[in-house]
Amino acid sequence: MTARGFRSVVLGVAWRNLHGFFTNPALFLPAMIFPLFFFTAFAGGLSRIESVPGFHFPPGYTAFEYAFVLLQASAFGGVFTGFAVARDFESGFARRMLMAAPRRRALIAGYAVSGLVRALFTISVVTTVAFLAGMKLHGAGIELVGLYTLALLVNFSAVLFGTGVAMRLRTFQAAPAMQVPVFLTLFLAPVYVPLGLLGGWVHTAATVNPITVVLDAERGFIAGDPVKAGLAFALLAGIGALFVFWALRSLRSAERATA
Amino acid sequence: MSSTLALQIGTVAQRSVLRTLRQPAMVVPALLFPMLLLAINAGGLDSATGLPGFPTDSYLTFALALTFLQGTMFAAMSAGTNVATDIETGFFNRLSLTPLRRVALLVGQLSGVIVLALIQATTFLVVGLTAGAGLEAGPLGIPVIVAISLLSTLGFGSLGALVALRTGSGETVQGLFPLMFAALFLSSMALPRNLIEIDWFRTVATWNPVSYMLEGIRSVLIDGWNGEALALGFLTSGGLAALALAAASSALRTRMARE
Amino acid sequence: MNDRTAAAIEAEGLVRVFKKGPRAVDGIDLQVAPGEVYGFLGPNGAGKSTTVHMLTTLLPPTDGTARVAGFDILSDGAQVRTAIGAALQEAALDPFLTGREHMRFQAALHGLPRELRRQRGDDLLERLGLTDAADRKVGGYSGGMKRRLDLALALVHEPSILFLDEPTTGLDPQSRTALWEEVQRLVADRGVTVFLTTQYLEEADVLARRIGIIDHGQIVAEGTPNALKAQIGRPSVEAIPAEPDDLGRVIAVLERFGQPVPGTPRGTTVRLSGDDASLADVVRALDAEELQVEHLQLHQPTLNDVFLAQTGRSLEGARQDEHAREEAQRAAAA
Repeated sequence: MTARGFRSVVLGVAWRNLHGFFTNPALFLPAMIFPLFFFTAFAGGLSRIESVPGFHFPPGYTAFEYAFVLLQASAFGGVFTGFAVARDFESGFARRMLMAAPRRRALIAGYAVSGLVRALFTISVVTTVAFLAGMKLHGAGIELVGLYTLALLVNFSAVLFGTGVAMRLRTFQAAPAMQVPVFLTLFLAPVYVPLGLLGGWVHTAATVNPITVVLDAERGFIAGDPVKAGLAFALLAGIGALFVFWALRSLRSAERATA
Repeated sequence: MSSTLALQIGTVAQRSVLRTLRQPAMVVPALLFPMLLLAINAGGLDSATGLPGFPTDSYLTFALALTFLQGTMFAAMSAGTNVATDIETGFFNRLSLTPLRRVALLVGQLSGVIVLALIQATTFLVVGLTAGAGLEAGPLGIPVIVAISLLSTLGFGSLGALVALRTGSGETVQGLFPLMFAALFLSSMALPRNLIEIDWFRTVATWNPVSYMLEGIRSVLIDGWNGEALALGFLTSGGLAALALAAASSALRTRMARE
Repeated sequence: MNDRTAAAIEAEGLVRVFKKGPRAVDGIDLQVAPGEVYGFLGPNGAGKSTTVHMLTTLLPPTDGTARVAGFDILSDGAQVRTAIGAALQEAALDPFLTGREHMRFQAALHGLPRELRRQRGDDLLERLGLTDAADRKVGGYSGGMKRRLDLALALVHEPSILFLDEPTTGLDPQSRTALWEEVQRLVADRGVTVFLTTQYLEEADVLARRIGIIDHGQIVAEGTPNALKAQIGRPSVEAIPAEPDDLGRVIAVLERFGQPVPGTPRGTTVRLSGDDASLADVVRALDAEELQVEHLQLHQPTLNDVFLAQTGRSLEGARQDEHAREEAQRAAAA
């Protein structure tokens, strides 16, 4: 198969997925609403946390929470793409695609591209709302590029994770298997306060959670004072590579099952 | 109550309880998810107790009230989904062809989620108290917490049933979830109302009946016997239950289209 | 049953109009005698299920009146529901309950005493061959088992009138036959009145004493199967030429013997006219013209012919029945 053929499969799968996302309110609205809810509830309802002794984040609590909501929107955007893959297998449409595509890796690439576009859209909406709510970003151009690149790398990993789960389980009942690990990974991190202000076992869990490094790096970019950026990128590159392998192996599993 | 009516309610209730408890995918998340969030939030927001005016030095005690309300949200979805499924599969028509009275149908259908709510309330209390949450009102506070919790469940469950009866669609019932999510998040779930900094957020939380349900339960855990908080808690949960039950009953009359 | 009338089911000018929708039922008049099996035959969307829903009090009519077991469907709904049982188009079962739990549940709702609930439920499960599966959740039942359970539930309170709305749709031939036998047994042993809707000609032919054919919400023909077919009269001859180019000549020959009837791809069908015309005559005429045919068949009138004559269209069930017959013939020939 030529590169052009590979590209056409990727674009075809991505187009179909995006078309379904943007034209179906049942898919579109939750992906938009939940990050905004989290942002409103955390940044709005918890803003007093700024006054907790030991809390120090110059751009303010809204920006502090924006970093988390950015990650959450990116990660769950990936999970929702995994849902779409599961639905395709359950309805039988995935079999059609597996039979039609000469190089089936293009299907995974297509899902990844659609996940990326969805994430970009959601991030734009959340960012717009955050600015309207008075968020201040202290970071300059390159730092903001770093900020959004981190978010998109999280999305990339989440898409591949979700796609892999969907291809192995091939049913929409797989939804909790995608949601719960991502949820736990996100929330066992410094969501509301910095790591130093976390208590008990959550502090321990957050210390070993790679998402903590990513969150800290994001907040560093927002504050214009990059911290752990190199480590965050390295971790996400490693996680991304792991999930590429995971997705490809899961594709093999799906091929065997539908042969 | 006549023996026939009692028999009818009992028969429908038996089925409702059986089918609820036979769906682990419904029961397990309803128990685990609120407790998971409680554990995460208790660790993640413990430093909030350092804020001047925070009513307790244990965020676990503060957050325990939220688990009961989260349970009621699951109840609403569960009740609505069950009624919608009955309508979509035609089982509702089967029930309509028997001498079953409307009140028996509605009360019986809601019984399943009431039982689930009772199991939830018991579990959350045992886990919360074992983990170190306070119960300032002492053992006599337990039935009060359970009562507010069950009234809230009846209210939200009736809302779910109302949507199902009006639309006959499980998908529309699922659309309730973001609304309930919003109702929960735009309340005093994370901080006491007097510590919410953002004016519009505090106003919404003040008008939001969910705040008073939370505060009613919380008062038993933190204050002991706070007449005002308890009165408002019972008023809002009882009021919601009465209104939603009446609306659901009216929707049932329309759906059955008989007398 | 109320003694004021001899009919088990009667409807006069029954109409149902849906909001922003068509007149699904457009003036139905019918009478079903006690102990009769009445077949309501029509294609999808004809108004069969809507009629059943009105007669079983699930849907109020927009206009017209109907009495079931002597009770008015609008003012005496509760009495109607006591006298009837219904197995509707959806099997309408709870996948989380077992067969036995379904029976007990239904019996309890009908107010049967506890001991009788158990006994009646077990008896019906046995009669319908569901004893072995009785304690399994219905979610794991096959389609045929679900239909049988549905019928058992409709019978738990021993109704005098049974409504069956397309009871064998989607069932395999064995399950279908088993269900027919059970319905025939009910009528013979208990004198139950059965109102059966179907789109399958064979089902109506086998089970019903009288048939009402419905199309676009109106009854277009009514009578016993034989009487309806006799209205059409003569049989028809179908011919498919061996050479497609001979089609025109074959048509010309056959039209000497009767009126053409639409709906034969690659060939032609004519309804024989006159008392003397026969298949042998047609064969001789084709031979005389040296025309070879790949397929030549004599069809006795069917209910589909009745429907075709009234509406100009085939019944969908007819197409399915015919397709099944052709498949069987091809398999036999192979």
